[in-house]
Amino acid sequence: MLDAEFFRRWLLLSADLIDRDAAHLTELDSAIGDADHGSNLQRGFTAVRTALEQESPATPGAVLMLAGRRLISTVGGASGPLYGTLLRRTGKELGESTEVSPGELGEALRAGVAAVAQLGGAKAGDKTMLDSLEPAVAALDDSSASFGAAREAAAKGTLATVPLVARKGRASYLGERSAGHEDPGAASSALIIAALADTSEATK
Amino acid sequence: MSGEQQVGIVLVSHSAELATAVAALARGLAGRGVTVPIAAAGGTPDGGLGTSSELITQAAASVDQGVGVAVLVDLGSAVLTVKSLLAEGDELPEGTRLVDAPFVEGAVAAVVTASAGGDLDAVEAAASEAYGYRKQ
Repeated sequence: MLDAEFFRRWLLLSADLIDRDAAHLTELDSAIGDADHGSNLQRGFTAVRTALEQESPATPGAVLMLAGRRLISTVGGASGPLYGTLLRRTGKELGESTEVSPGELGEALRAGVAAVAQLGGAKAGDKTMLDSLEPAVAALDDSSASFGAAREAAAKGTLATVPLVARKGRASYLGERSAGHEDPGAASSALIIAALADTSEATK
Repeated sequence: MSGEQQVGIVLVSHSAELATAVAALARGLAGRGVTVPIAAAGGTPDGGLGTSSELITQAAASVDQGVGVAVLVDLGSAVLTVKSLLAEGDELPEGTRLVDAPFVEGAVAAVVTASAGGDLDAVEAAASEAYGYRKQ
């Protein structure tokens, strides 16, 4: 079972991975976006880290809601409300339970990803974070719910964005010229899913 | 009509200058004596380009007279931030609505309609109708 401490460690590790890869994410974003994805997410996850150090939410749902709220208020770009919605909706689905099973987390994450799709109006193949998140949550779609499989699916989905033409966000204005670049949102999503799998493996 | 109270207008842009200038433009074009509460929520708190949920919630609170707040946005994260704040349910005043409208024309239409005493539905309709004005 996964408790609030597990979710805290997942988000803190996410913040570490975003720190580590911030320059890379911004570089990806400079090719097809406005070159701020790494620094925006770094600011957001630094705020999440600070909030989690100052407060100790008692349930997995509360940890995710707190983090989501911080992302929405601090990121300053579209990734703030998108990741904020992912975490908040997932947290809402988990409700008040003090412990959740991996299967319950998988189910909640699917609802979170669906909320992201609804907010951004994007779908798979649009060259967005969904191209990483949707395969990841699909890999959790059974009772064995392997976070390692989700990590692999997200990484694969991210690589698969390279040839795609962007259909959402600023990159979509580039049309065909957006092809040939990895989507920064898919790349950062893969980091967050990787942090989940790493946290799960470190717990065992 | 809603008596003394008027619908508040919030203009959200990636740029503080743009939001402030559109607010001034809309107020100016609406005519003399316009008292509609208008607030600009542009850029990030440190003066950069982007969207700030803090500035948006402050702006909405500052123009709320209890009869609704119409929020007009430019693009991208401005749209998504307002939508996600509305989904949260408790950060914006009751009766706050994201209005689907072109930023400049919609702002002018919204301010004119609100200053004529239009309610939130009327303000929203007028701002959205601004999409129908073709320039060629």
